[in-house]
Order: sequence, then structure tokens, then C-alpha cells
Amino acid sequence: MYKKNQIQELIAKRAAKELRGSCVVNLGIGIPTLVAKFIEDENVYFHTENGLLGVADVDENQIDPNLVNAGKLPVGETIGASFFNSAESFAMIRGGHVDVAILGVLQVDQSGQIANWAVPGKNIMGVGGAMDLLVGAKKVIVTTTHTSKDGKSKLLRKCHFPITSTRSVDMIITELAVFKVEDKTLNLIELMPGVKLEEVREKTEANFIVRIKEGAK
Amino acid sequence: MTKIYQDIKSTLSCVKNGHTLMVGGFGLIGAPLTLIDGLTKKDVVGLTIISNNLGEKGKGLGALLSQKKIKKAIGSYFTSNRDVGDAYQRGEIELELLPQGTLSESMRAGGAGIGGYYTKTGVGTELAKGKEEREINGIKYIFEPAIRADVALIRAWKADTLGNLVYYKTARNFNPLMATAADIVIAEVDEIVEPGELSPEEIVTPHLFVDHIIKAQKVLTKEGVIAYV
Repeated sequence: MYKKNQIQELIAKRAAKELRGSCVVNLGIGIPTLVAKFIEDENVYFHTENGLLGVADVDENQIDPNLVNAGKLPVGETIGASFFNSAESFAMIRGGHVDVAILGVLQVDQSGQIANWAVPGKNIMGVGGAMDLLVGAKKVIVTTTHTSKDGKSKLLRKCHFPITSTRSVDMIITELAVFKVEDKTLNLIELMPGVKLEEVREKTEANFIVRIKEGAK
Repeated sequence: MTKIYQDIKSTLSCVKNGHTLMVGGFGLIGAPLTLIDGLTKKDVVGLTIISNNLGEKGKGLGALLSQKKIKKAIGSYFTSNRDVGDAYQRGEIELELLPQGTLSESMRAGGAGIGGYYTKTGVGTELAKGKEEREINGIKYIFEPAIRADVALIRAWKADTLGNLVYYKTARNFNPLMATAADIVIAEVDEIVEPGELSPEEIVTPHLFVDHIIKAQKVLTKEGVIAYV
């Protein structure tokens, strides 16, 4: 059994493989934030919606309380970084200038629609930039644990929680498998190392098609 | 007439009961901590606060919430201060949730003399309920009205005595937008310099937007606490 942080890193590492070449990427809170540490291509630029293009890692001894990412965690800035106000930041997002958004979810359904901003009856009342990223980013990748804390599938036939957008995401990466969303259908394209298809079937409520590429590891 | 104020109490004398205030910051980052502290000491009620969050638990705008001075909050992310949800469940506060891009664009419109605009953000979700939908070139949009406030309390890095402002890193966030969208704009700054010291190329908020300037007495430190300068 993997520990929680190992599972998160496994997912983040797999998501990082999707980011190649010159691109602008926005990382959400949680597992998405971890993706940055697995990127070695210096042509990948990180955008954070609170107003920075060119997010970098920061050393513990160089923390600046006024330089943070969207999760309010301290970050650094790259050479060539720029700062801007929130309206300009969201013009970048909504206007289609951000190539990839990597987001966490509460639920995702078999058409690729996600719910990640509200839980009815609970004090989770924060939409932040999620709705803007879904309508604006060219590609949306979801990184999430396959099941919730109580062991229930987060990949559902239909989201019970309020949806974030009518747009379907493009890819879903969990600790068990990678799904590509095409024509509002989930396609399992890859099993994570050591995972058997049977386990994915057992832990997934959503319907999906198996399309594992020959030779894929 | 000078825009520089020394005394926080007199700077905040323009804030009245029932006013709508824009308050800068992304959480505590770039929030006008000195002015917010001034509000906690002021006898004022029934405020509507437009801000991305309501501070953190007991800190920043969170302190104002604890004092029950806030009637309504308009923002994008209230999850990080659990007191907000609790106050909402008890019926003590009215909340209006807007996507972050809509919140900031509505301020931009409010400051630019635009009545409202159409955005594709939120179409088909619960946040679009009751909002006018319109199709433009085959894409669905919803109408969002501009927002303005009676007073904006903002935070900048440096001001010159004319009121030109520059900001510091990600402490900029909503501050330059709020500076354009309120009847009275009060800027709390770390440093006040003479005109000419800020390059015209680097000024983010030109002075015509700014009414009052006050020197910050509280800052956000590495430990996340608010310390006296």
C-alpha cells in the first residue's frame, strides 16, 4: 500500500509527462501543485491566477510572504517572470492564452464534466478560478485520487455535486489509471504501474472504454 | 491639498453604516491590514464587503466578520475561512459567490464606465441561475453587471505624494482594479516618495484614481502574522 503523499506524487509525476515543449500551464491547489517539481523542460511556464507568469520553486530561507501561488503557498519567480492584476490574469485564462490547466476535483463523471467548488450543506463555498479555467484553458487535465476517503469512486456516472462547467475535461489521471475523454466518453488508455484492469473496474462507478495502447507501460 | 493622512481614524471617517467597501488582497496577501484593523476599531455596521475572500479565521477581514460588522460579502473563495461558512449557516451573513475572473472583470467594468458584459464563465452552472444568457457567434455567454463601491481600501508598495502607485509582486492582485471602481479610494502603502522618484513607465495606478494615502503600520511577515512596522 502506498502512503497518501506517495500516491499524490505518483499522480503528479504522470501528469508532468503531459507537459512538453513551450507551453503555459496553470496548476490548481493540491496534487496539481506537485506537478511542477517533476518538470525539467525550461520551456514550460507556470501561470498562477493571483497574478504571476513564471512561477518557480522557492528555498525555505528565501520565502517572501507577498509572493505566493493560488494556494497561498510561497513560491519563487523565474527570470523573465511578470506580475499583473487579477482582471488581466483572467483575461489570459478566459481569453484562451493558457495552454493547459491541471485541476483537482471532488467528482468527475463519465462525460468528463467535473464538480470541484461546492458541497451542498457543507462550508465549502469557494469557486476561485476553476470555472474560468474550464472555459478558457485549451486543455484541462484532472489529477485526483481514484476514490474518496471513504473508498467511494470519484469517477461517477453523474456528478452529485454542482458542476463547475458544461465543458468536459480532456484527461483524468489517478493512481490507478489514465483516461482520455473523447466525445464525452471516458477511454482508459493506460494502467498505472502494477495496477490490474480488474481493480480499476472494481473501483470505478463511471462507464469507460478500454483502449490501452500496445506497448504502453 | 495633500492626499497623505497620518491618522487612521480620520482616514476612515468616510466609511458609513451600510456602505459597500472593496477591500484588496488575495487572503492576507496584498490586503490593507492597517486599514482593516482601523475598521475593527470603528463603530460601523451593516457593511457589504467586496473582496476575494474574507481574510483568514480571526485575521484581516476575518476579524471584522467576528465583530458582526459585515452584512454581506461578495467574493470568489470563502472556504479558507471556516468562520464564513459558520456565520452563513447561522444566517448572520449574506454571501454572493462569483468566479474569480468575473469578480475582477466586474470591478474593471465598474471602474471603466461599463454597465456590464457577457462572459462564458459559469454558463450552465448553479452560479448562472437567474442570469441573462445570450449566444454570440455560436458561443453561450451570461450577462454580468459591473460592480462599484462607496469606498475602496487597497494596498500598494510605494506611492508618490501625488498618489501614483506601484505594487509588490503577487500583493498586486485586485488592488489596481479596486482603485478604479469606488467613489473614494484609500491606499495603504509601505513607502511614500516624492514625485519623480517612480518611473512613469512603472506606475500601475495613476494618481487620479487615488484620494487618500496612509503609511502601513501592519505588514504580513514570513511567519504569516501581522506585525507592527
